[in-house]
Amino acid sequence: MSINRRKFLKIAGLTGLGLSLSARDFILMSPAEASGGHSLPSSGERLGMAIDVRKLTDADYARIADACHTVHNVPTLIPEKNNVKNEVKWIWTDTYNHTFPEQINDYHPEALRNKTFPLLCNHCDKPPCVRVCPTKATFRAKNGMIVQDPHRCIGCRFCMAGCPYGSRSFNWVDPRPYIPKRNPDFPTRTIGVVEKCTFCPERLARGQQPACVEVSNGAMIFGNLADSHSEIRNILSTHFTLRRKPTLGTMPSVFYIIGGEDYAG
Amino acid sequence: MYNGGKIIFGLIIFLAIVTFPFYSNLGGSAKKAMPSLDTPEIYALATKECVRSGEYMKKEHMKVLDEWRDEVVREGKREKISVGGTELEKSLQNGCMHCHSNKEQFCTECHKYAGIDPYCWDCHFDRGEGRL
Repeated sequence: MSINRRKFLKIAGLTGLGLSLSARDFILMSPAEASGGHSLPSSGERLGMAIDVRKLTDADYARIADACHTVHNVPTLIPEKNNVKNEVKWIWTDTYNHTFPEQINDYHPEALRNKTFPLLCNHCDKPPCVRVCPTKATFRAKNGMIVQDPHRCIGCRFCMAGCPYGSRSFNWVDPRPYIPKRNPDFPTRTIGVVEKCTFCPERLARGQQPACVEVSNGAMIFGNLADSHSEIRNILSTHFTLRRKPTLGTMPSVFYIIGGEDYAG
Repeated sequence: MYNGGKIIFGLIIFLAIVTFPFYSNLGGSAKKAMPSLDTPEIYALATKECVRSGEYMKKEHMKVLDEWRDEVVREGKREKISVGGTELEKSLQNGCMHCHSNKEQFCTECHKYAGIDPYCWDCHFDRGEGRL
């Protein structure tokens, strides 16, 4: 069968049109996504967390991180003593400018600019780590948790490159010698896998709160964003909250109450 | 046959090396693996039973673990299972090893006999091990 120039151009044009239409979903965000809207299920579960940093001090952060890292057998690889890249962390702190780089403002109250903020995996609605994982070791569970399955992790670290929040750590060394006291109810990790905050599904199944929430004295509120009567929804609808790097369109599920609304009106 | 003597001599040496594992173990008998069920947790069970029959677990326990892992980690199905009147988590460390608290005498006993080194233990551990 021969093909003339006219026919070839017709087919090429149609192919190009089809390709550009199918690529549209990847390139363009829907209006809801562009405005940072959460895609809430009408029923069921969508887990999220609100952190009231007004109630938390550096001592609280240390206690919270310690509770999380102890219960999850996170190794204590101190950057000063070891290579910085070896550090493994599920929850940690950073400065205002590093936490909210899109909200830098030299005229913010000094107390706010000098404050440190607790950071953890944001369990995003549109998680870049899930998109880049070649083995589906990282996936989004139905309730919105971003799960990291160490059984399937091949240690490629694409997720670490994909995560804009630095929420993931890689086990460059065997973590076991660096776990001071192992929690027998939770596994350790092994050399060559990535790990991060899990939102504690094993604790939720036992009717407990996540480890950090439990020791936060009420400053961290965990709950179901899909339930309009939940405590977290009540908090979010009555307080001004910030999320980290909203313009990236990842739609984090961790909300920060930074204060300031007291001055309004 | 050219160099017949050398070839036959070489063949004999070759066969001697290849069959070494067979004749070196001849007559000797390997110690049979005897996994121990002697733990206080098993004695405490109302009825002495496992999640499946003993015969099935001997051959297929890894399949059970694989199914549990997919259900718990991937599907989030963390409902408890009842074994001998005790409610347990679908978990190697918190389920299986709740009763089989003797990793060395139970798990390792057979794994050693079979000459395998499962990487489960890279992350999961004996509930007694490492506890300070």
